[in-house]
Amino acid sequence: MSIRIKMQRLFPQLLLTGVLLLLIVILSVTSEYFLSWENFRNILDQSSVHILLAIGMTFVIASGGIDLSVGNLAALSGVVMAVAMKQGIDIFPAVLMGYSAALVVGLINGLVVSYIKINPFITTLASMSIARGLALILTGGVSIYGFSTTFKFWGTGSIGPINPPIMLSLIFVILGIFLLANTLWGKYSLALGGNGEALRYTGVNVNLYRISIYCFSAVCAATAGLIMTARLNAAAPLAGATYEMDAIAAVVLGGASMKGGKASIVGTFIACLTLGVIRNGLTMMAVPTYYQQVITGVIILAAIIISELRSREA
Amino acid sequence: MSALLAQPFLEVKGVKKKYGNVEALKGVDFSVYTGEVLAIVGDNGAGKSTIIKILSGAIFPDSGEIIIAGKKYQRLKPREAITAGVSTVYQDLALVNTLDISDNIFLGREHLKHGLTLDKKRMYQESTELLQQLGIKIPFVHTEVGYLSGGQRQGVAVARVVHQGGRLLIFDEPTAAMGINETRAVLKLIKSLAENGFGVIVISHNMEQVFDISDRICVMRQGEIVGHVKTDEVDPQDVVAMITGAEVMNETRNNRGSE
Repeated sequence: MSIRIKMQRLFPQLLLTGVLLLLIVILSVTSEYFLSWENFRNILDQSSVHILLAIGMTFVIASGGIDLSVGNLAALSGVVMAVAMKQGIDIFPAVLMGYSAALVVGLINGLVVSYIKINPFITTLASMSIARGLALILTGGVSIYGFSTTFKFWGTGSIGPINPPIMLSLIFVILGIFLLANTLWGKYSLALGGNGEALRYTGVNVNLYRISIYCFSAVCAATAGLIMTARLNAAAPLAGATYEMDAIAAVVLGGASMKGGKASIVGTFIACLTLGVIRNGLTMMAVPTYYQQVITGVIILAAIIISELRSREA
Repeated sequence: MSALLAQPFLEVKGVKKKYGNVEALKGVDFSVYTGEVLAIVGDNGAGKSTIIKILSGAIFPDSGEIIIAGKKYQRLKPREAITAGVSTVYQDLALVNTLDISDNIFLGREHLKHGLTLDKKRMYQESTELLQQLGIKIPFVHTEVGYLSGGQRQGVAVARVVHQGGRLLIFDEPTAAMGINETRAVLKLIKSLAENGFGVIVISHNMEQVFDISDRICVMRQGEIVGHVKTDEVDPQDVVAMITGAEVMNETRNNRGSE
């Protein structure tokens, strides 16, 4: 009985892993270029921004919230870093300023959601707009480009077999796994979404935890912003648009419940890889990008329907 | 019966509470000892919920005092109530369905390793021991609470309250919406809690249950305690009569006589 319950709980992740393996087999057979370290590294590299945003989103969704601002926050923090560096500020303080800008917005998200109790969808919809507007104001609407080699390293350098974007995203995956499974913060994130009243009833300061979750999501977004800016050697005020949707899709595909209380970092990570493999595979099969979007959407919908129907049986 | 001779664990003295013009409680006195089950019965609006809310610290009385283990409180706060050992067992309000049994029992009171990470192994072990001590039969502490039956959920809620140091447990309609087997299990649990030295207050509408599990009965009507009886010295009809009112009682007696 206990094993059955465990299997039931892990079903979304197992299903997803199955889909991922199937895709890998199909693509390996159809394309001679697919199954190589270079291509796998490429998929990881291209998924790194999505992984970072999705890790933060996993905690937000676990707590019963949603954070629509992450894509635009990534753009804003990248822009702040770029503007600061163009003003002659050193890399480290400039990057720190980018993170601070994102943190301020994350803090406001958390404060409004927890103290004024405004629906997180509405709150982050507003801050999403504010972040985009600020990014446009700071740049006058045009991209800022041309940074030092040290800064570009964070997007294009290499560290042994991998590169800094892959390293950063893997660090956040491992950190996320650890936080969710082994700390009070992770447990309370799940408890907030499962039954926030019950948690409050035990005397835990639920607002503090909720605010910190939105701040964590903002830190993930700023890290994504750093990678995006360094990789392109340009801070584009319109970068990262709709990335929040990819993050939400990955979190739900990974087995999280949109109602909160249930989430898996490993699931989110596998989901990001699966979406990355799909994009990569479709490109290799020379499917035009417009069609790719439709196919990706259909796959997400199908996977979520299967796992939802399955969980209703229980 | 030696417990009854000792000092009561909880005393409620002259507690009054008004909501606007409505006198919800008009000066209520009662006490509860450890090792006994006190049933509070009464019609809707009699003041049962108000007294429970005051005992759990959710609302403050206008006047009167609450004495827990010899300590007086005029305005009992939620945290103080729990620390003093008075806890209400909420079945639905207090459990997180998506967390497992051990996570729920230790919610808000987790054991940490080096003050940093959750000591899951220790919590699983202590949960298993605690459930065994309380005679609550749940096969597997890793099970998510959402998969449990109503009776098992009640058991987890009780275990959590006991783990938090609860000495007096308050149950508000503990078997509402439960099947026969579930109900039996919960009533058995409540009785065994009293046998193990806990004090228990049960709010219930079900006379059969009240007579099955309680040692004493407090009858409330319109914000007052109108009857205070030992369960084995009365029969259910007398209690029902007190709930509905003395005149009705006479009427029913007369009617019964004339039939």
